[in-house]
Amino acid sequence: MPDYNLRIIIPEIFLFCWAIVVILSDLGSKRKSPQTIGYLTMAGIAVTGVLLYFFRGGISFNNMFQSDTLAVFFKVIFLGSAFMAVGSSFGITNERIKNHRGEYYGLILFSTVGMMFLSSSSELISLYIGLELTTIPLFVLAAFYKDDKLSVEAGLKYFVVGAFSSAILLYGLSLLYGLTATTDILTMKINLALLFLKFGKIGPGFILAMVMIIAGIGFKLALVPFHMWAPDVYQGAPTPITAFLSVGSKAAGLVALLRIFVNGLWSFASDVMQPLDWGIIIAVLASAAMILGNIAALRQTNIKRMLAFSSIAQIGYVMVGVVAADEMGVTSAGFYMFIYLFANMGAFAVATVFGDQTGSDNIISYAGLSQSSPLFAAGMAVFMLSLAGIPPMGGFAAKYMVFAAGIQAGYTWLVILGLLTAVVSLYYYANIIKTMYFAPGESTIRINPSFPAKLVLLLGVVGVIIFGIFPGPVLEFARETAGVFGF
Amino acid sequence: MLEHAYFIPFYPLIAFLVIIFFTRWKEKLSAGIAISMILLAFVHSVFVLIAMLGRHGHPLELSMPFIEHPALKLELGMWIDGLTAVMLMVVTIVSACVHIYSLGYMHNDPRWSRYFSYLCLFTFSMLGLVIANNFFMIFIFWELVGLTSYLLIGFWFEKKSASDAGKKAFITTRIGDLGFIVGLLILTFYVGTLNYQEVFAKVQSGAISGGLLAAAGIFIFCGAVGKSAQFPLHVWLPDAMEGPTPVSALIHAATMVAAGVYLVARGMTLFAGSATASMVIASIGLITSFMAATIALTQNDIKRVLAYSTVSQLGYMIMALGLYGVDLAHGHHTAGYVAGTFHLMTHAFFKALLFLGAGSVIHAVHTNDINFMGGLSRKMKTTTITFFIASLSIAGIFPLSGFWSKDEIVASTTGHPFFMVVTLLIAFMTAFYMFRLCFLTFTGEPRDKERFDHAHESPKTMTGPLTVLAFLAIFAGWVGLPWLHHGFSSFVYHDVVHHAGPNYVLMIVSTIVAVSGIGLAYAVYYKKAISADALADRFKLLYKISFNKWYIDEIYDAVIIKPLLGFTKVLWWFDANIIDGLVNLMGWLTVKWADLKMWFDKYIIDGIVNGLGYICMAGSWAVKFMQSGSLQFYALMVMAAAIGIMLYRVTSIGFYFYLIGLVIVALLSVLVKMTRSDRVDAEPNIEG
Repeated sequence: MPDYNLRIIIPEIFLFCWAIVVILSDLGSKRKSPQTIGYLTMAGIAVTGVLLYFFRGGISFNNMFQSDTLAVFFKVIFLGSAFMAVGSSFGITNERIKNHRGEYYGLILFSTVGMMFLSSSSELISLYIGLELTTIPLFVLAAFYKDDKLSVEAGLKYFVVGAFSSAILLYGLSLLYGLTATTDILTMKINLALLFLKFGKIGPGFILAMVMIIAGIGFKLALVPFHMWAPDVYQGAPTPITAFLSVGSKAAGLVALLRIFVNGLWSFASDVMQPLDWGIIIAVLASAAMILGNIAALRQTNIKRMLAFSSIAQIGYVMVGVVAADEMGVTSAGFYMFIYLFANMGAFAVATVFGDQTGSDNIISYAGLSQSSPLFAAGMAVFMLSLAGIPPMGGFAAKYMVFAAGIQAGYTWLVILGLLTAVVSLYYYANIIKTMYFAPGESTIRINPSFPAKLVLLLGVVGVIIFGIFPGPVLEFARETAGVFGF
Repeated sequence: MLEHAYFIPFYPLIAFLVIIFFTRWKEKLSAGIAISMILLAFVHSVFVLIAMLGRHGHPLELSMPFIEHPALKLELGMWIDGLTAVMLMVVTIVSACVHIYSLGYMHNDPRWSRYFSYLCLFTFSMLGLVIANNFFMIFIFWELVGLTSYLLIGFWFEKKSASDAGKKAFITTRIGDLGFIVGLLILTFYVGTLNYQEVFAKVQSGAISGGLLAAAGIFIFCGAVGKSAQFPLHVWLPDAMEGPTPVSALIHAATMVAAGVYLVARGMTLFAGSATASMVIASIGLITSFMAATIALTQNDIKRVLAYSTVSQLGYMIMALGLYGVDLAHGHHTAGYVAGTFHLMTHAFFKALLFLGAGSVIHAVHTNDINFMGGLSRKMKTTTITFFIASLSIAGIFPLSGFWSKDEIVASTTGHPFFMVVTLLIAFMTAFYMFRLCFLTFTGEPRDKERFDHAHESPKTMTGPLTVLAFLAIFAGWVGLPWLHHGFSSFVYHDVVHHAGPNYVLMIVSTIVAVSGIGLAYAVYYKKAISADALADRFKLLYKISFNKWYIDEIYDAVIIKPLLGFTKVLWWFDANIIDGLVNLMGWLTVKWADLKMWFDKYIIDGIVNGLGYICMAGSWAVKFMQSGSLQFYALMVMAAAIGIMLYRVTSIGFYFYLIGLVIVALLSVLVKMTRSDRVDAEPNIEG
């Protein structure tokens, strides 16, 4: 009699049901109450967070579902990004998508459920399913402005490239299964070690599998050179969805990468294991991401496109922690993602509200914002400083941790490159601040965010500052996640 | 409530933030928030005091780590003992009085909200300074206090004298702070911690050598010299009177300037570890006190007299603490510690009262010069009575609070005859100049009829705080009556409780001294039995020295500022003639050289630059071409990259061939695209 231990998936079950409740209540209210549906969704996410606190720890479904610290840590990030995305969506659900509010919110929740499943799966098949559950609702969400050519194009592009990458990933996973005769990551680790000990090497099939998986997950992470879809999709999709894509979806990719590579293939991450060393591959991709992302962001004039390239660069910094593949590496990657959640969701929330109220996504329109709406501009400045990694914002502590992990693991060249590109990034982040505070003002509209958007901005600012000054508790939490891998 | 005492500084901080960010435009509301938050802090402080009385002054420390490093531990924390509890009361009471008083005094000021927010920020800093449990935190709040003092002295920054005074105060105290931070660095390097108790434990265990201890002590004392306006850094305090009078009362009389005294009291164990350092402290205190008292005798600006009086009284306290350190270093426990801290408390109340009273007078007659006052007692009953109470208190007349604390100070000089004589002389001068001020301001015939006619008693918001403070000026000293065995002295004890008991001889002597000072002032300025001008003529040299403040400002100007300016002139000459000459010569040479290089530039460098430019243009075009918006191309890139990585890991030669192949394909497709440019425009295209 298998023990299903349903207790630990109560949060997922609840959120799934809640998504249906949201859709039905929108229908039930004849699509007349935009505010209520939004608040309902936010409440559901909050309740899921509480449930997560009470029902955590343990395994079920024959080891296919684990509620370990790593899973819980990333679930907090997923729920946080969903919460903040929904909070900044009130403007567009009032104006642009009157007829499908329930579906809009419901799909965000479905995608979140997928991410939560993904982060809990310690086995390749459920991991793949989690990834698909995450991505498919996002295809639809990206194309949600049905009357907007850019949005529809974004959705379609995202879908085709996504399906393509998904196939590559699946191919890689099946090769891995062929080599090890198991889909369980822990067993796979043991079988690979045995295989290696027996023959002294593992053939190109393994390398093929490795590269395929990196390509598949690289798509989710928008890791250079699998990033090409990102700027187009980020620009076209509704801004809260862009934010959700850039934080939630990337965190999902990160957790998959950690599970498969840092946990499963950990023993192959060293110079001795050439050419099986996956660390150097990711290091090269990370350096490409940092260079290309930061340099391309320099010349962007559209805030969403700028943030898209910025997020491509940011994921490069996270990868420095992944490459380190030790206790500090995992800790720092998790911590970076956590701070990134507040800073990036906050920055996108600013872009959303600004876009809703002025109808412009151009950076130049931000001129004079500090006079017309000082608090709003101050919030944006905080987010930009955090993304650039200026103390005392959280971004500084995060970058510091990641680089320290990289140095400790011997990737000095990567860290130096990271530092140099971080200097480059300061230019375009500071450019926003310069535009808001010093450029001659043309913006005379006083930005007045809705209450949930204010909440999101406040959450972002407080998160960035508090965890920048007192990173202790979160770091401790992130360190426990590294414990899951036995570090 | 005691465990949450760390929250006390946050009340005014909250008020500051709320006013600055939200209610700046609503003046009445801002003042209301400020006053109510200060009152909350006051109530909380009362609870803390009660709790501490319940514990008989047994200290409480709470802290959390801020930076942990093997060589240095920094923490955020609070240390509450009897002294802290008393200081919390003093700061919150005076601050509350000043806030309420300001309602009347700052009436109609255009920057009213900003004024109240600064006051709140100051109170926050001062409370934080008092409650800190380590030198690191006290330094942070020390600097914050300095900043707010600067902001408030220069509050009317349209007046040049005010903004100059702000700068002078900031820079002068900063010189002291430099010493302070050097002292802290010494502690950091040789002790490894800045926590009071840990430092004191090291000192008492004898782990630090005497010379080092003396150096650390004297350097840290430099901070106190700056902040408490001790000689030779006392020059900023009289100028600081350019600020609004309530600010003078709060910051430059009752609390901030007392911070230096507080620092000395707080670090007593450290200072007492070295007899040398303690002797330096005591001597500085005595010199300052004497000098300031002599200057106060002849000044005509009502606030300046009070300012010099403040400097003199602070010197008193510093001297008492220093003498205690000297005695302790020799193994005796004497009254100095209790005397210094006790006088710190009583002085805060009566000096704040004097300043607020002076403010009330200035509010009525719109001048600071006592030559234009006189006879005001007929118009301003409350102000006159409270001012006289405060003057009697500071002169040390039985049984007002000043009597008891001054008596302790005199008692602390026992065993140091020279100190005792000068101390009594200062007490005489204090009584004289205070009553000179009183008689010239409030009694006799009005010397400026017009101003007198317009004078009126101040509104209730101003006289209310005066009454409260007058009450304290009378009774606050009673907590330290020498007959009480568990009074002030055992509450703020340091190390071993020292209880001296009453010394009737000293009491009588100091009373005689004070009464004769008042009597002389009465004879000269009330009865006019002795002519003030004749006295000034008789002691012309002494009078001039006193009136010109011992020429200290002039000396600084001649010894430091003038030479500095002169030196800059020399440098300027050097710049204008030598450097510029060289520059011109170089310029001529450069021009010739440039002619030579122009040819090279024109043909070689420009060629390279333009070449690079063309390459960059081509490169950016290639990037744009890559981010084409074409879906098929994106998918192709994913595949191509995957194959590339694969090849790179398996066979590197294959990888290079692959790379070359990719470049060739790319170039070919670019060519194709260029030849069929009409189709490019037709494609859906997102700018890259």
